[in-house]
Amino acid sequence: MTNSADAAGDHESYDLAVVGAGPAGLAAAASAAEHGVRVALLDGAPQPGGQFYRQPAAELRAERPQALHHHWSAFQHLLARLDAVRERVTLLSDHHVWSVTGGSGAFAVHALTGPDQRQARSLTARQVLFATGAHERQLPFPGWTLPGVVGAGGAQAMLKAGLVLPGRRVLVAGSGPLLLAVAASLTAAGATVPLVAEAAGYLGYARGARVLAANAGKLVEGAQHGATLLRHGVRLRPRTAVVAAHGTDRVEAVTLARLDAAWRPLSGTQWRVPCDAVAVGHGLVPQLELPLEFGCHTRRLPDGSAALVVDAAQRTTVPGVWAAGESTGVGGVQLAITEGELAGLAVAGQNTAPRSLLRRRSRQRAFADLMAARHAPGSGWTQWLDDATEVCRCEEVTARQVRDAVAELGAADQRTVKLLTRAGMGWCQARMCGPAVARLCGAPNADRHDDGAPTRPLSTPVPLGLLAECDTNAPSSEGAPR
Amino acid sequence: MTRGPLDLVRARPEPPFEFSFDGEQLTALPGQTVAAALWQSGRLAWRRTRVGDRPRGAFCGMGACYDCLVELDGVPNVRACLAPVRPGTRVRTQRGDGHDELR
Repeated sequence: MTNSADAAGDHESYDLAVVGAGPAGLAAAASAAEHGVRVALLDGAPQPGGQFYRQPAAELRAERPQALHHHWSAFQHLLARLDAVRERVTLLSDHHVWSVTGGSGAFAVHALTGPDQRQARSLTARQVLFATGAHERQLPFPGWTLPGVVGAGGAQAMLKAGLVLPGRRVLVAGSGPLLLAVAASLTAAGATVPLVAEAAGYLGYARGARVLAANAGKLVEGAQHGATLLRHGVRLRPRTAVVAAHGTDRVEAVTLARLDAAWRPLSGTQWRVPCDAVAVGHGLVPQLELPLEFGCHTRRLPDGSAALVVDAAQRTTVPGVWAAGESTGVGGVQLAITEGELAGLAVAGQNTAPRSLLRRRSRQRAFADLMAARHAPGSGWTQWLDDATEVCRCEEVTARQVRDAVAELGAADQRTVKLLTRAGMGWCQARMCGPAVARLCGAPNADRHDDGAPTRPLSTPVPLGLLAECDTNAPSSEGAPR
Repeated sequence: MTRGPLDLVRARPEPPFEFSFDGEQLTALPGQTVAAALWQSGRLAWRRTRVGDRPRGAFCGMGACYDCLVELDGVPNVRACLAPVRPGTRVRTQRGDGHDELR
């Protein structure tokens, strides 16, 4: 695999541009290149692997990075396969793709690169594959903006890449299987985890016994995390949530509460636990800015989030555009790799995919759907907000302001709330507050095939000078305005 | 024995170096981001918000939330969770939108 950090000549052209070098993107690039496709693999991070296989920087010289990972051998295998076809794969690390334009047969992929992401780089490709992954779903609670309250995935990412912890006593809370992995990593790395608060109940999994039996590996993985936690004396409390974080300049304690099945806090069940950090997250949501802007259709997942519609060959609804991994529905690393393999084969024109791969995908997809249904946020979480809770972290918009916009000004969707309150208008472009604001506007409308979130013309902030220079019809290859 | 993240992965990092945070000299390991180096020093906040003047630091840890914006060598609005820290880097708490002095 060629790692081409320097801008090459004008009009670099490829058969396939893969956006995202996580498990799905790596698998797609490998399987396509193995069948003769010339691939550009773009990713914003300095090293391939995505969020899941995030590694310590080379200068930290970690001899055993796998101590913080599961399925490490699968990653090594993907890298080895890519290395074997390196003459056909150009890895473009540290490339933040901000827009894809054009159409089937002639796409232009625009990225920012360089130390402060102010250099433009564009390339053309006959087909595009989105393996853009997911980000964490956050639900606000009083005090969640205090320093020390961090995303569960965020704590994991900082630990995997920078080998640091946010504190010594880190409470883990939210919902979803990621919490167990995060708690296991934190304890292995020396933190004390006083409690893992899971808002959902685990009993619901029993209703999916057949799906579970077909995905025994997932049970083993869960059991391994469970064993690690047991060894460190970490308690897992289902149907429990952090309903408030306390402190002045940083978190010092949290209030926990038992929840009913709809995630409403049960009165009289609150208790306080001291901690110096909280790692919190409520599952993952597909990261879709680029494909949505392109007009790819989405479907609603069992947990209410939107994911790309793909056919059996991983084609999206836009000709020449493919997708694999979490962007088509959050399902974990193994499903992402399976989908990447299938997409790569299909892009290469291999019309008969191995039956074993197809079977594996449907089995893993069934597990993903079960998981999404079990950890779907209950509507009652809004009861733990108080008037002053900031819902939108960027624009500092409170729950009271959002509720007033809905109840008194008649806002019925996220977009109207944004126009009235600025919630979702800030730096993160509603990645953090989007699911919360959508819920505060009322239940999502099942008729729509998107989640009501407005599409974004740019997926990452771009210097204005650079936009002005950008001729989207004939992509220029370089320019470094400031 | 206290085991930390470095022990867990058997890291043998290159020698640490100094950088400054609001004028104070702190130590970082080569390869760490600004956010990681600040966490290592026990600091969790390096921004004051525009409206409420409240402290903020890293939240999503992956460049998506922009909560960790910081002033780096005089340039505001840099994501501390992505930017690598280098010997002599001057890091300063970001106030507001980072352009207050222009007002």
